[in-house]
Amino acid sequence: MAKDLKEKIGFFTLRLSALLVLLILFIILFDIITKGISVISWEFLSTAPRRNMTEGGIFPAIYGTFLVTIITAFVSVPLGAFGAIYLNEYAKKGWITRLIRMAIRNLAGVPSIVFGLFGVGIFVVLFDFGPSILSAGLTLALMTLPITITSSEEALKTVPRSYRDGSLALGATKWQTIKNNVLPVALPGMLTGSILGLARAAGETAPILFTGAAFFLPYLPDSIFSQFMALPYHLYILATQHHSISTVRPIAYGTALVLITLVLIVNMAAIIVRNKLRNKYKR
Amino acid sequence: MRREIREKAIELFFLLNSLVVIIVLIGIFYILLSNSIPAFREIGLNEFFTSARWNPTSFSKIEYGILSKIVSTLMITFGAMIFAVPLGVATAAYLSEIADPKVRQILKPVIEILAGIPSVVIGFLGIVLLGPYIARTFNLSNGLNALNGAILLAIMSLPTIISLSEDAISAVPKSYKNASLALGASRWQTLVKVTIPSALSGIIAAIMLGMGRAIGETMTVLMATGNAPRMPSSIFSSLQTMTATIAIELGEVPHHTTHYYALFAIGLVLFVMTFIVNLVSDIILHKYQEVE
Repeated sequence: MAKDLKEKIGFFTLRLSALLVLLILFIILFDIITKGISVISWEFLSTAPRRNMTEGGIFPAIYGTFLVTIITAFVSVPLGAFGAIYLNEYAKKGWITRLIRMAIRNLAGVPSIVFGLFGVGIFVVLFDFGPSILSAGLTLALMTLPITITSSEEALKTVPRSYRDGSLALGATKWQTIKNNVLPVALPGMLTGSILGLARAAGETAPILFTGAAFFLPYLPDSIFSQFMALPYHLYILATQHHSISTVRPIAYGTALVLITLVLIVNMAAIIVRNKLRNKYKR
Repeated sequence: MRREIREKAIELFFLLNSLVVIIVLIGIFYILLSNSIPAFREIGLNEFFTSARWNPTSFSKIEYGILSKIVSTLMITFGAMIFAVPLGVATAAYLSEIADPKVRQILKPVIEILAGIPSVVIGFLGIVLLGPYIARTFNLSNGLNALNGAILLAIMSLPTIISLSEDAISAVPKSYKNASLALGASRWQTLVKVTIPSALSGIIAAIMLGMGRAIGETMTVLMATGNAPRMPSSIFSSLQTMTATIAIELGEVPHHTTHYYALFAIGLVLFVMTFIVNLVSDIILHKYQEVE
């Protein structure tokens, strides 16, 4: 009897914990959605801030985040995919493979602000790109590399062995096999996984603080060497650096809502597609 | 013959791509170190690590001591773990041992969504939601303090701790549990005395990874802990972590000054700290996988 009671209490506590985690997420989303939704309008999404950012919209920030994410994608997705192809298709057990895997795990743990310092040290100062879309995009690309590699590799792993063996047995070379039999199957999974990494990059603030994000720009960036406004940085400014923080609070909520909507939609779409793909080849 | 060379060249191309990770990791270390050395030379290791006073722009006496920043970082990191470890491990145990598959299928993506919320948004909520709440509850003039930062960091490290602990708990062989149940133990006893102890190394690795994330987290602590560069005295103190110092000051210093180099030196300390935490967690995890 005492045993039963203990079990009941124990399981109840575990259930409660899971519920609490759900509740936290719910509170976060609820607060931002209910307080941000009233600000959202077509004007808010499509115009620039006016009167010291106390009026107007956030279009330049959305546009800037979009541009930086494109640079990030151009560098991080191919690098991640090629690296994953090596690890999953070519790598033999040995110190070099172990070292690469260790580096991936450690790179994933490097604090985002340290990537920011690295970006300043190498792209802004050493390569002399200055604070720019390019510097920020490259910094974010290196930061997301562990995610794109890991998720690309996971996608490659779902391709059944028989696909490779069949092709090799027919006399195809390794590269022909990868190109014709492995990649076409793995590609959708590789892309969705990489998109998860990009969504994270788009929401990052610390790495772009000094590599190119600007407080306010009266014009849209016209080249990859321009500075830019970005959604996460814009939210940071509205929340802490603005001279009349309480006046711009609604705009800050609106910016937060746009940011999490973008990040979460991309995230959710990628997760759903990934789970579908996972089940497809399980049988 | 030509075909073979081509094949080798292609393999080499992919190998080079995967080596980029190693190059980046070494590059980060090199950039941090080379920019830190001038700071160490001018400030001295002793003052840098043992002084709690950081006054880079003082008129009377310029000081670069990061002790209070290290203490602040560790304080809110461990504070975060006090919330996140029980909550995270319990949720992981629920997911892998009690929840039915349908519930699990819904909950796991939900936790991934929590992981996807940008840190600046969590920091914003620290200012507008949690801060005022803490101020009201404890009768403080200001809720931007260590407690606020610790709670937010706990939320941010939860997804890591939950998903990796869950992997560890579900990797425990079924035979262990069956043996325990066959001996008459209840499901609860089996969970507490058999399953969790068997998964312990994996759980510890998960906790360490969560800790690594908390140590390096920037925007949330920058926004929610009040940015007071001094030694914290209680959980209601405002403080300034290592990450927050870099984030606040790097934008304002001219390049190639002692202050600029000192910020890279903080970055180096941060890098080494998280590197060690991650490495230890890696070693634990791998030992555990070899036993399997």
